[in-house]
Amino acid sequence: MEKRLLLGDEAIALGAIHAGLSGVYAYPGTPSTEITEFIQSNPLALERNIHSRWSTNEKTAMEAALGMSYAGKRALVCMKHVGMNVCADAFVNSAVTGVNGGLVVLAADDPSMHSSQNEQDSRFYGKFAMIPIFEPSNQQEAYDMMSAAFELSESLKLPVLMRVVTRLAHSRAAVEIKEAAAENGLNPDTDRHWVLLPGIARKQYLLLVEKQKDMLKAAEASKYNVLNKITGKKTGIIACGIAYNYVCEAVGPNVPIVKISQYPLPEDKIRELASVCDELIVFEDGQPVVENDIRGLLGANYCVKGRLTGDLPRTGELDPDNVAKALGVAAELSFGTAKNLANRPPQLCNGCGHRDVYTALNKVAAEYPNHRIFGDIGCYTLGALPPFQSLASCVDMGASITMAKGAADAGLFPSIAVIGDSTFTHSGMTGLLDAVNENSNITVVISDNLTTGMTGGQDSAGTNKFEAICLGLGVAPEHVRVVVPLPKNMDEITRIIREEIEYKGVSVIIPRRECMQTLQRHLREKKNK
Amino acid sequence: MKKDIILCGVGGQGILSIATIIGQAATEAGLYLKQAEVHGMSQRGGDVQSNLRLSTEPIYSDLIPKGKVDLIVSMEPMEALRYLPYLAADGVVVTNSKNFVNIPNYPDATAIEAELKALPHAVLLDIEDLAQQTHNPKGANMVLLGKVAAHLGILSADQLRNAVARIFQRKGEAVVESNLKAFDLGLNA
Ligand SMILES: Cc1ncc(C[n+]2csc(CCOP(=O)(O)OP(=O)(O)O)c2C)c(N)n1
Repeated sequence: MEKRLLLGDEAIALGAIHAGLSGVYAYPGTPSTEITEFIQSNPLALERNIHSRWSTNEKTAMEAALGMSYAGKRALVCMKHVGMNVCADAFVNSAVTGVNGGLVVLAADDPSMHSSQNEQDSRFYGKFAMIPIFEPSNQQEAYDMMSAAFELSESLKLPVLMRVVTRLAHSRAAVEIKEAAAENGLNPDTDRHWVLLPGIARKQYLLLVEKQKDMLKAAEASKYNVLNKITGKKTGIIACGIAYNYVCEAVGPNVPIVKISQYPLPEDKIRELASVCDELIVFEDGQPVVENDIRGLLGANYCVKGRLTGDLPRTGELDPDNVAKALGVAAELSFGTAKNLANRPPQLCNGCGHRDVYTALNKVAAEYPNHRIFGDIGCYTLGALPPFQSLASCVDMGASITMAKGAADAGLFPSIAVIGDSTFTHSGMTGLLDAVNENSNITVVISDNLTTGMTGGQDSAGTNKFEAICLGLGVAPEHVRVVVPLPKNMDEITRIIREEIEYKGVSVIIPRRECMQTLQRHLREKKNK
Repeated sequence: MKKDIILCGVGGQGILSIATIIGQAATEAGLYLKQAEVHGMSQRGGDVQSNLRLSTEPIYSDLIPKGKVDLIVSMEPMEALRYLPYLAADGVVVTNSKNFVNIPNYPDATAIEAELKALPHAVLLDIEDLAQQTHNPKGANMVLLGKVAAHLGILSADQLRNAVARIFQRKGEAVVESNLKAFDLGLNA
């Protein structure tokens, strides 16, 4: 049996390829990015011509994958947790249409917000859409579950959600590899149930409700849900996904426990454990989803502990320390926190064009004491930190332009938006159209570094198209201004920013210079040729 | 036998290459391994760390509990201090002694050095100075790895050395040689 050292993300990617994947559709986002990158460079995936090009956003990714499923082939959609919000419309409705070829949606959650703006738990989305959820506890399961998830998807004719967290996505371990299965052939669906007119949708929704008992049966029988029924102990343990490892690290596997890695919850196993213990404690990374459900399952008189009872922290990721503490086996520490220590926040790279953009913006903005600069998501969000401290907000991808518009509608002047090139095509274009249609008095800066920088320099969907997009959306040609963000051009850049702030309408300034990281990578590649 | 290691430094200093090489050596030696990395935001001039666990027995948690780390390996002295609560009573710190100052409130360098030297088992080495001697400033992380070889226990210096050669093989003979030279400088320092 071949073994390979793989990141959780890589195990998912290889598992999908070996399950007969025909296409991955994704928009980058930590901690999910490496799945698609692995498929982009995997020899078998290249040989099979498996689709792996980046999508413009999570919604286009989800819909394209659904199209591939319609055509009979197996498709995978990958995103970080907040991507689920962007594709939610397509995702929830794909449970109503159902699937033809297997469809797996992978959401990588980021409890503790290592590189995110919230710690929403994607299992809520799975429950909301009423579809099965897989939650691997380790890299081997992540690999094995991809085949299981595609099979379940095709047998139930439903999309399947796979949920991982940062610590699994970005941790390496040895994985046993199986033979690669063949891809499905082209086999487009012929049934009309994909047309979700109310009459058809009602039938489809009933069908989805009826499938719930099959989903439950599958979860109850799943080899990934394991009951270890040990009697004579007060506390029974429920451990979901990666939490199982932290529990075993603290007290070992020979305890009364239900390990959960497939949903809906295996209710019989949980009731059985509850019947031989006086109380249950729930370990789950993310929000108290299972804790709440089990409370409902066992009734108010049964004691269920977890994040809601204060036995575990209400926020942040689980780790071996807070789990050990909740189990009463916390270790004594030998050393306290060091005295000579300071935080070291991430920074914009030396020579980065975003730096020159903020230098220029701050210079001009100082002339307008009431100005606000609405930020967006990307490397350039670091402009909120010293030394620049330029930004008033950062909420979700695209919100800079629309928030600037709303604030301008309210009378704020000058109202400025800063957005990256990839973020602009992800979710900024529609907002710009709103602003154009009302000739809102805003100045939009699309800081174009020719790449999706924050997530490691992936291709950016709009490269070389930004002027055309802005003109196409109706921005006046004389108010689409391109500059090169370099210190030597500071006078020109500040003059243009001033002119466009003074223009009473929508203007777009595009500072364009390649990202330092991708520039160095391209130079290295050239040298090695 | 098991060895729990924290590798740390500042984004761009090459701690992930150290992790890759130890990982390669551990795999060749048939050890169980888990290695949790930090990707994303923290890569740009911020602090980075990786939890590396090696064992002759299966490993459960990807993260190392506090108070259980056998070895902190750091490319930067203040970064070594960041993980003190993780260090076991008899744990060892092996760190670069040269400060990387990219924040305005960086603590006093002599105070950092004193706090490190007050630990029961701390090894400080100016790896950048040694790397200069091999005319390979980028090899500083290999110098540190060489120094670590003496404290790792679960893998021998030869096993690590072979892994260095294997990992750099693709980049040609000259790159392998200069990295091995850096490794040996650290090993014998
Ligand atoms: C909905 C959503 N998807 C993905 C991400 C992850 N993400 C954060 S910033 C970013 C890319 C930003 O690229 P760009 O706008 O070009 O700015 P740069 O980082 O290059 O400066 C991505 C993909 C996210 N935060 N939200």
